[in-house]
Amino acid sequence: MDTWRSKIRLCILLAVVSTAVVRAQTVNTCVDCHSALDAPFQVTQDQFSQDIHAQKGLTCASCHGGDPSKADDSAMSKAAGFRGHIARKDIPTLCGRCHSDAVYMRQYNPSLRTDQYSQYLTSVHGKLLTKGDYKVAVCTDCHSVHDIRPPRDSRSRVHPLNIAETCGHCHADAAYMKGYAIPTSQLASYNSSVHHEALVVRGDLSAPTCSTCHGNHGAAPPGVGTVQNVCSTCHVFQAQLFESSPHKAPFEAASLPGCVTCHSNHAIHHPSDAMLGTGPESICTNCHTEGDGGYKGALEIQHDLAGLANSLQGAVQILDRAESAGMEVSQARTEQEQARDSLTKARVTIHSFDPAKVSQDIQAGLKLAAQANQAGVAALKERGYRRKGLGLSLIAILAVVIGLRLYIRKIEGSAV
Amino acid sequence: MLTSLRRWLDERFGWADLTAPLREKTVPLHNLTYWYFLGGITLFLFAIQVCTGILLLLYYRPSANEAFESVQYIMTRVQFGWLVRSIHSWAANLMIFTAFCHMFSVLFLRSYRQPRELTWVTGVVLLFLAMGFGFSGYLLPWNTLAFFATKVGTEIPGQIPLIGRPVMIFLRGGEEVTGATLTRFFGFHVAVLPGITTLLILAHLALIQRLGMSVPPKVEAQWRANPAQAREMRFFPNFLLRELMAWYIALGALGALAALAPWGLGTKAEPFAPAPAGIRPEWYFLFMFQTLKLIPAKIGPLDGEIVGILIFGLAGFLWLLLPFFERGGRGRSQRWIFGAGVFALAYMASMTVYGYLAK
Amino acid sequence: MGTEAPLKPDSQRRRLVEFFLGGGLLASLASFVYPVLRYLVPPAVAELGGDEVVAGRVGDLKPNSAKIFRFGSRPGILVMTAEGDYRALSATCTHLSCTVQYRNDLHEIWCACHNGLYDLGGRNVSGPPPRPLDLFEVHLRGDDIVISRKREA
Repeated sequence: MDTWRSKIRLCILLAVVSTAVVRAQTVNTCVDCHSALDAPFQVTQDQFSQDIHAQKGLTCASCHGGDPSKADDSAMSKAAGFRGHIARKDIPTLCGRCHSDAVYMRQYNPSLRTDQYSQYLTSVHGKLLTKGDYKVAVCTDCHSVHDIRPPRDSRSRVHPLNIAETCGHCHADAAYMKGYAIPTSQLASYNSSVHHEALVVRGDLSAPTCSTCHGNHGAAPPGVGTVQNVCSTCHVFQAQLFESSPHKAPFEAASLPGCVTCHSNHAIHHPSDAMLGTGPESICTNCHTEGDGGYKGALEIQHDLAGLANSLQGAVQILDRAESAGMEVSQARTEQEQARDSLTKARVTIHSFDPAKVSQDIQAGLKLAAQANQAGVAALKERGYRRKGLGLSLIAILAVVIGLRLYIRKIEGSAV
Repeated sequence: MLTSLRRWLDERFGWADLTAPLREKTVPLHNLTYWYFLGGITLFLFAIQVCTGILLLLYYRPSANEAFESVQYIMTRVQFGWLVRSIHSWAANLMIFTAFCHMFSVLFLRSYRQPRELTWVTGVVLLFLAMGFGFSGYLLPWNTLAFFATKVGTEIPGQIPLIGRPVMIFLRGGEEVTGATLTRFFGFHVAVLPGITTLLILAHLALIQRLGMSVPPKVEAQWRANPAQAREMRFFPNFLLRELMAWYIALGALGALAALAPWGLGTKAEPFAPAPAGIRPEWYFLFMFQTLKLIPAKIGPLDGEIVGILIFGLAGFLWLLLPFFERGGRGRSQRWIFGAGVFALAYMASMTVYGYLAK
Repeated sequence: MGTEAPLKPDSQRRRLVEFFLGGGLLASLASFVYPVLRYLVPPAVAELGGDEVVAGRVGDLKPNSAKIFRFGSRPGILVMTAEGDYRALSATCTHLSCTVQYRNDLHEIWCACHNGLYDLGGRNVSGPPPRPLDLFEVHLRGDDIVISRKREA
């Protein structure tokens, strides 16, 4: 009897100790209960384990206060410093408490910036929040909460591929944006642009998204006078040419937003030669009318570009035909590509709005396209020569076959 | 002049006695006689391959760095290089095609019967050698399609249990397809295979000379019943002249193909670039490739692909020994063999077409 | 039916056969032999062209300058550094295939299309280019600057 009782006592002791040990390893008892609750209180272990803060050893209490080691309601006591649900207006200051503290952040990631909060205060979102508008974006609206991933994680809502959708969550919602004096078409416009195509479709992470031009924490639209500074960080040549072009002064005088005037800000489509000249899709005729210098210039430039484009197209076609017939055209192909380079260069030079400069590039390209064309013609001539040779040898072969037939007839006496 | 030459040869080598069997050789004449042409055309195309191959050897360089460029050089800078190379590529395909036709006509006309079993065996081995020529030669221009086709094509025998891996390493000259594979395939293509093929062709021809031309069984029966109906034609010069006509027409066809549809260069192989979509082997391997694609991943406890490879291996082996399955007289074994032939032809043809249409 | 047409006299027939057979054989053999004979003569240009090219001569370039040359059907850029070494790279930008140029103020290779920058080792150091430029080997053969592709192992 005695041994039985002591055995049972031993088991109970082991159970209690092991639970205590297990408990001591779980730093975050909050999740134990909150994973079983419904929204908006639900936070599961799965979710929270993805959070960069959890991975660095922080707990619920780091933001919400309270005691994460207690398994009962005393975890959420005022005595333990529990703050409960954080109001929207307090979120930026809460995050900023750590993220603006350079000494503190250095322990975790010395290269992480610590000016997000001060930048935020200069943004439209920050300014409106200070004035009492709580509909604007705060940290958690973009970065999510409880499963915050670093921006380079492709599942993060602020990964470059996802930023436009994140901004569009509010900015494309007409009902939500009612009362603000800005349009809600930006996301749709951006999604139709070449930048979206480059970034999301082609995966070129150097292409711009919302935050590239507007800033991320200090988000604000660039001013009319400064928007071309934004474009010129990548489109250097075009910007330089524009600076010294006859359009710079009049655009400034008329408060026209530089590049955006012709190319739009969000719905930036692939430019076409039809944007020049005086046709139905022309942008030049928005300001210029028949008879003025700009009208004439527009016509000249478009005419030049069309000429080279056609000549290049002709060269490509004839070289394709020659190549598919087995001819060697690599030298001609090089000239063809150089002509194409000239055309690309000319399409950049138009930003000088100087027909003479454009013409220089065009002339160089026309010469090259003509050379490529000539090589194609020569290759096709060679193909013709081969076919003639084939024809002659086939005639000779036919003669032999007929001759053999006649010879057989002769030696067998028309028994064939 | 020819008579004095003949006399000179006769005085030294007994020329008249040597050539007597040839001069007396006859070819049975019946409405299926023209099927006899196929063997000769295959031989003629092989001779063309040897000649154009030797010409190509004068300019081709068998190293990964230079192979593609040397073929490009032949196609574009060497006078009539395009003609020599295109004829070589077209004749290769035509030769394998006529070899298949020849084999099936021999099968359906039952020329493999006793005493011609070994003629069949040497013939089937020659067909396998021809396909080996095709496989090794295809890699030599070192373009993207060839590189990946070789990769897949050497991977497949690598799956055979036990011996597969050593065979694959032997074929590739290493674990992967590299410049070493190119050099090795070149060696096979210009030295090993031609040597073996020449010996086997001589054996095949010697057997034909010794055993004479086979007559299809139905015609044989007719002639046995009615000996007066049996007709024959002298090989030299009558049949040979007709064959020459066929050979000349084949030459014309080759020239037309080379001039009107020259063989392409493709793009230079880049071993580290990803394989393009839709890689498949040349048409004469397509039926096997397509079959392997359709086989389910697992057949019972065994890997599907391995089962497929072993079945093809077994089928090839049985095909080689086909004549030995025929027990004399007209009976079930003949019908089985005939049926197997029809099945094989239909299967290969339909799988080849399927392989082309499927993407 | 009337009488059959008379058979051609034998000599005429023989001449016809001789014409077709002999003439045809001669012509067809000529059409085989002529290309083979031309084929056997090595062409004037012995270089294969794909692996190697002469990009210029010593003295063409001054230090800290570059020139574009043709390599097969694609452009290459030959740079003489400020220290006097030669570097040769592919001149096709890895972003959108514009032809790059040398910037003697930056001592780097620049793409005018979208402001991409590569260092003289071909590494993409700034801007949109996603991959480095391919490097070529430079050898001097007498006075010729010979550019060749990197050899495969």
